[in-house]
Amino acid sequence: MLSGICALAGLLVVAVLVEIAYQVISGASLSTSRFGLGFLLDAQWQPNFGRFGATAMLYGTAVSSLVALALAAPLGVAIGLYLSLLAPRGVCAVVGPLVEMLAAIPSVILGLWGVIVLAPFLQRQEGWLHSALGFIPIFGSAQTTGLSLFTAGLILAIMVLPIVASLSRDLFLTVPRELREGAEALGATRWEVIRGVVLPTTVSGVAAASVLGLGRALGEAIAVAQVVGNLNLIHPSLFAPGATLASRIALDFQFTVSKLHTASLFYLAVVLLAINLLASLGAQAIAARFDVQRALAR
Amino acid sequence: MIGHEDGQPRDPALPDPTAPLTATGNLRRRAAVNRMVEISASGSALLAVSVLALVLYGVISRGASALSFTFLTSNPAGLAGGGIANALIGTALIVALAAVIAVPVGILCGIYLTEFAGARSRSGRALKLVLDLMQGLPTVVVGLFVFGLLVAGGKESGFAGAVALSIVMLPLIARSSQEVLALVPGTLREAADALGVDRWRGVVGVVLPTALGGIATGAILAIARAAGETAPLLFVDGIYNANTTELNLFGHGVPNIPVLILTTSDLAIPQGFARAWGAAFVLLALIMIANIGARLILARSRRVRMTR
Repeated sequence: MLSGICALAGLLVVAVLVEIAYQVISGASLSTSRFGLGFLLDAQWQPNFGRFGATAMLYGTAVSSLVALALAAPLGVAIGLYLSLLAPRGVCAVVGPLVEMLAAIPSVILGLWGVIVLAPFLQRQEGWLHSALGFIPIFGSAQTTGLSLFTAGLILAIMVLPIVASLSRDLFLTVPRELREGAEALGATRWEVIRGVVLPTTVSGVAAASVLGLGRALGEAIAVAQVVGNLNLIHPSLFAPGATLASRIALDFQFTVSKLHTASLFYLAVVLLAINLLASLGAQAIAARFDVQRALAR
Repeated sequence: MIGHEDGQPRDPALPDPTAPLTATGNLRRRAAVNRMVEISASGSALLAVSVLALVLYGVISRGASALSFTFLTSNPAGLAGGGIANALIGTALIVALAAVIAVPVGILCGIYLTEFAGARSRSGRALKLVLDLMQGLPTVVVGLFVFGLLVAGGKESGFAGAVALSIVMLPLIARSSQEVLALVPGTLREAADALGVDRWRGVVGVVLPTALGGIATGAILAIARAAGETAPLLFVDGIYNANTTELNLFGHGVPNIPVLILTTSDLAIPQGFARAWGAAFVLLALIMIANIGARLILARSRRVRMTR
């Protein structure tokens, strides 16, 4: 009896996921039939003229997520190493929960902090960064308000960091003690134990954790919408404002000017969903290959 | 192998057994590299903690001044004045309804995965995959889904918001209760089986009570997570009647804290920011309390299990 109810609950979950995909795809039908795959290659987004294309948003999503991952992945792995292997037990018991607290901050509050505290701070710093490194395009000129893809990337990094940190800590704890002690007995320093034993046995899990973090960054809407500047722009500088798939949906949806506009936002959601499912499945595949699923499930 | 005994040159990769046992420059270099790694790892942890401190300081320093008894008990007035009472009530109602939907389904999924689907069964693996995909779903897509399902045509409601939040909660609750249930020793299940009771009675009477603390922790964390979500609520429970208390979850949009923070901070007028920071402070305080409470429950249930 109970097994039947439980199986029913499971079926319900599967049905909901299928229904989500169906609703989003059917909501986009007007736009998909009109633009087809050319939607992905059109950089224009002009609702009032009925022109819609996703390229600038794809660019913004890629740049902000990659900035986030480039910052959060190494930091997260370092924190994971610190918490699992290096820190004294007492420090762990304090720092571990604090890092996880970072994940509990609602995105709208992080976004508010980003707009009011972080963006003005970055705006003050960008002057010297531009004058010192302006010859490199990614630091190049862009009239800035502090709202940019880079600011979005920083906020996303704060969101991704605790995910990567706690996943990689759990992973490093699964490395058998004997392996570490064996290396230590050979005279290896702690770093050599990490480089020679811990990282090689967990590298696939670390990769999977990073991809999961990337998935989180790709899909975040509200905080990014608050700090990204919301311009449909492809500019080589990181400090230019832009838009991401998710931020565009969050900002435009209540103010659509036509049915085609709404359908195009659903189309963006289809694209986002596809990228996101690929990232999730990719992380699953990497993790499953090396059977580190238990640690990742946490 | 040992080259110099038969007159061949020694393999340079092997250590020279006749060398004195004092530190060479190489060892000092290795120690220095090690030190550097340790320092940068602790520095990273320190950086994460200071980011948390910076955000908390930002919210507390700006939010605490907006906070007062009337701020919590009066409805918003005008564009950006007044308090947040109606949004607090709205968030409580929506989150409670979402929990009523998601907690039972989530726990049942967890029970199915650990008790009824075998570890290698196809159905169990499929459900796990679906839960993982659901957990990774962008919340803005969840919002669009519920919009298409329940709201399209101007039927915004607190109920639609609760459905959206329950989709955010569900995979978190399912995975955490599955993990906690998997930690219940198999000997307990076998003892129940040996008494001749049905499988479901063994689950309800023995396995679930043992794991209750952990399941509660997971559920509270999931509820706290959902309480702060804005994107799923934005399209399905937007605020048009932002200044009145709305107790009917099936009529109009219900004012709630996250959307209030977003809309009042978008106004870009000073009073709006003050109200947004005040609301952010209240929301963050509630979420932090829930998080700490959940951890305490977990610690306590672990201690009880150990002393048994």
